[in-house]
Amino acid sequence: MNLAGKIALVTGASRGIGREIALELARQGANVVVNFSGSEAKAGEVVDEIKSLGQDAFAIKCNVANSEEVAEMVKAVIDRFGRLDILVNNAGITRDNLLMRMKEEEWDDVININLKGVFLVTKAVTRQMMKQRSGRIINISSIVGVSGNPGQANYVAAKAGVIGLTKTTAKELASRNITVNAIAPGFITTDMTDKLPEDVRNEMLKQIPLARLGEPKDIAKAAAFLASDDAAYITGQTIHIDGGMVM
Amino acid sequence: MAADTLARVTKIIVDRLGVDESQVTLEASFKEDLGADSLDVVELVMELEDEFEMEISDEDAEKITTVGDAVNYIESQK
Repeated sequence: MNLAGKIALVTGASRGIGREIALELARQGANVVVNFSGSEAKAGEVVDEIKSLGQDAFAIKCNVANSEEVAEMVKAVIDRFGRLDILVNNAGITRDNLLMRMKEEEWDDVININLKGVFLVTKAVTRQMMKQRSGRIINISSIVGVSGNPGQANYVAAKAGVIGLTKTTAKELASRNITVNAIAPGFITTDMTDKLPEDVRNEMLKQIPLARLGEPKDIAKAAAFLASDDAAYITGQTIHIDGGMVM
Repeated sequence: MAADTLARVTKIIVDRLGVDESQVTLEASFKEDLGADSLDVVELVMELEDEFEMEISDEDAEKITTVGDAVNYIESQK
């Protein structure tokens, strides 16, 4: 077990990719704090599953776009476990619309949660990680943050922003032995992609050399690797996990 | 000025920046005289917060550039 005894905080961990990352970190020995904003029952299921794996876990409600709630969440983690080794910034939403039709509110909601949220949670955990002289921060971006995608100006801008934020945070914190990397998933089967119409899905498949959608575990395995000591010399990188869509 | 405050601040600076105690004068600038980088100063402020059980706002922290600034700030908050 690569992560035995480590303490991890995963945002947006009640469903989809975040859920799978939380479970994979636990399988590798980490105790995991499961953040959620809406789905309390689902977060509870993730906590139960982690406990059945023999690791400690608890769920905590927090809107990552709210700095006060974020400060309370990080305090709760430190109060409970006394340290924090791994942060996975995964929480995200979509409010898709063509640029011409996109409402300011749709833009703001996505930027606030998907980009500002990463900034706020990262800032909040940095103090603890700096003191520890160690830490792993893994930001979940998206392949569309690299390639662009019609109908997702807000989401793409946020996810591209996360890549820039990752690089800057990596440079600022490298001297304190804190690594910061991003993962850019392609099309992964989750509630988010299940909402897509059939013809859109088929179009997507044509662009994927490996000719299938990804699974949440494809992302979770990479996140667990980046969180481990084996990835100590990797920082500031964005790993594309997209079946070869964008090279 | 409480000598005790200066002594505690000095100890933190010596431990954190690896400088000699004789270099830690009230006029000494963290960055220019004591070899600290920006992140070192942030960490020093964090340690002062812990040591003196106070919260130093980002706005106030930016004004702390010398040893004397730190000591004066801590004294003013007592």
